[in-house]
Amino acid sequence: MNANLAITIAVDGVVYASWLFIVSLGLTLVFGVLKILNMAHGSVYAVGAYMAASVVGLMASRGMPLPLSLLAMLFAAAGVAAILGPLLERGLLARFYGRDEVLLLLVTYALFLMLEDGTKLVWGVNPYYVSEPYGLFGNVSIGTLSFVGYDFAMVGLAVLCGIGTWFGLNRTVAGKIVLAVIHNPEMSASMGVNVNRVYSAAFSAGVFLAALGGAFTAPMISVQPGISVSVIIVSFAVVIIGGLGSIEGAAIGALIVGLARAAAVHMMPEVELFSIYLVMTAVLVFRPEGIFQAVKARLI
Amino acid sequence: MGKGQGSAWRGGALGVAAVAAAMGMALPAQAEEVFKLGVVTFLSGQAAESFGVPAGNAAKLLVDVFNKGVAPKPYDKKGFGGMRIDMVMIDEAGGATKQVQELRNLYQRENVDAVVGYIGSGDCLAVSPAAEEMKKLLVLMDCGTPRIFEEASYKYVFRTASHAAMDNVALARYIKSRKVKADTMNLINQDYAWGQDSRTDFVGAMQQMNPAAKAQADLLPKFGSGQYNSEISALALQPADIVYSSLWGGDLQAFLLQATPRGLFAKSQLVLSAADHAFPSLGEKTPNGIIFGARGAYGILAQKSALNDWFWKTYQDAHGPAAVVQASYRMAQSLMGVKLAVEKAMAAAGGKKPTPEQIAEALANSEWESPGGPVRMALANGHQAIQNIAIGRTRWDAGKKMVMAEDIQHFKAECVNPPANMKSLDWIKAGFPGAKCD
Repeated sequence: MNANLAITIAVDGVVYASWLFIVSLGLTLVFGVLKILNMAHGSVYAVGAYMAASVVGLMASRGMPLPLSLLAMLFAAAGVAAILGPLLERGLLARFYGRDEVLLLLVTYALFLMLEDGTKLVWGVNPYYVSEPYGLFGNVSIGTLSFVGYDFAMVGLAVLCGIGTWFGLNRTVAGKIVLAVIHNPEMSASMGVNVNRVYSAAFSAGVFLAALGGAFTAPMISVQPGISVSVIIVSFAVVIIGGLGSIEGAAIGALIVGLARAAAVHMMPEVELFSIYLVMTAVLVFRPEGIFQAVKARLI
Repeated sequence: MGKGQGSAWRGGALGVAAVAAAMGMALPAQAEEVFKLGVVTFLSGQAAESFGVPAGNAAKLLVDVFNKGVAPKPYDKKGFGGMRIDMVMIDEAGGATKQVQELRNLYQRENVDAVVGYIGSGDCLAVSPAAEEMKKLLVLMDCGTPRIFEEASYKYVFRTASHAAMDNVALARYIKSRKVKADTMNLINQDYAWGQDSRTDFVGAMQQMNPAAKAQADLLPKFGSGQYNSEISALALQPADIVYSSLWGGDLQAFLLQATPRGLFAKSQLVLSAADHAFPSLGEKTPNGIIFGARGAYGILAQKSALNDWFWKTYQDAHGPAAVVQASYRMAQSLMGVKLAVEKAMAAAGGKKPTPEQIAEALANSEWESPGGPVRMALANGHQAIQNIAIGRTRWDAGKKMVMAEDIQHFKAECVNPPANMKSLDWIKAGFPGAKCD
């Protein structure tokens, strides 16, 4: 492998991993706190993309400055989280807490189907384009290739999300409370923690990260029905590799998947999809709980 | 009342009854009969926006103008030969197994007289044997795989559009005719039947046109991938004279949005096999100079004709000013073919509503004019259509606010479709024997 190819694989892998990490981070956070494998996470990603496309499109039609579209995408994701987070968690998921985990998985699958149809009802089946922000950061030349600067901005956003989430959980009082709930909700409740509020906040944070991923992906794709499916499948692979509920695991998992996929595309394109699941299988063989998930003893 | 009066009354009554009985033979078929038509197209999922909804819109439009009797000749009889068309439209999404069940429901619960539709090749392959088994008329209107009639034979199943081999043979002929340098080719196609078959046909056809043509990068991203950074890097690392792709829908749009700013198309000529549907949405973001096909002489590639002008205007009046795309044309040509076949079968049956067997007999080997040009049921014992096709290049027209086609070349059906006795891939590998291109 020559140096140019190695650098290209590294860049492509990191760019792909950054997108994956933002979405997977939300998925792993929700699982870590609520112990729910949220199948509807991809649908929330799609809602974020649609919301961003609508808001940025509206701004463009009113001649507002293009750089503001980045803020608009951020607020679009926050808006989705503020509305959908408490609504879905309090309105639906909370009614199934304490039931079998498989049942909760089915509930989130039902939610996925409902949100899919909901987005079609609101936005229709025609595609939305908001590609203008994609050119905001110009182009970057690496080796013989030209890359779009926006892709590197996504890497920066992913790093910010990762550090922000880690800092929030490990260096703030609110984060300590969340960690306490993760370790033992009953004990936390007996100490006066409002566990339901923690669940709602954590779920909303997960929704925000999914919507953020969708919002900042919108400028580089055609936003239309079906975009939720592919993202959720690969995100599951990421969190399984990294370890469900682990932020560091999501980061490493995203990097592994991103680099494996990029290497396959460049060197053996016929195994592109297979490469991701090959890595996942290899990790599961040696670390069934994922790279960063410690083996836990049962409480009773 | 005397005897004579009674006889006269009875005689009159019998006469009226006889006339009524005679009329009764024709009246239900011509004035009261209903032809129940099932239409299957993607109303949801990734193919809905590009193909399903435009096809569905065309079906609604055509059924409406047929029922009102306001279509141009020879499609100006109300409904199907006077029978009102009652349409039931269902969603093609959900996979082949679901579609077989839905087809059975259409025939057995909805009691439809015929089903027209299907875009996905997998769906076409799955539903065809089911329709044959039930002895019900099935008219496939779009799906691309040649395998339907090359690997099986049907009495009740038809396809009223050319299969995908035509698209790629025409592209190869266009590239040669326009002297586009194509010694090296990079390929990017979706990793399923459509993408893989298109790639095989295109590479085969190109190597017949230019034996020195060599494929370099051969990428098969999964369907619905959305992110193409790695693929674009791979294509740019080994620049080829042309980049060929059969991507469609959101995948094609995302690929264009991501590859254009990276300058990929400044290094290589982009060649797209079925791309017209992506341009109305992309608008001015569509790169100029793409060599593209539309799976027929459709939309911005269509030849001028009174029927095409009528279809374009009627469709735009109903659905807005965007260019009319391939799926709408394919649905229209299918419904026009079925209409003429039903009317021919009806005439042969003395004005009675025809049976599926009678319609099938009328449709086999038939020919008709469509907005995209003549359609001939020439292959597979008259069950598979061939048609003309056009290839052109994109150009954004700021005045019309529409992507237009320029440098268009039309190819006759016999030039780009295999003859009746050959499979398409064998025909390509053999160097297109029997092709008539003059």
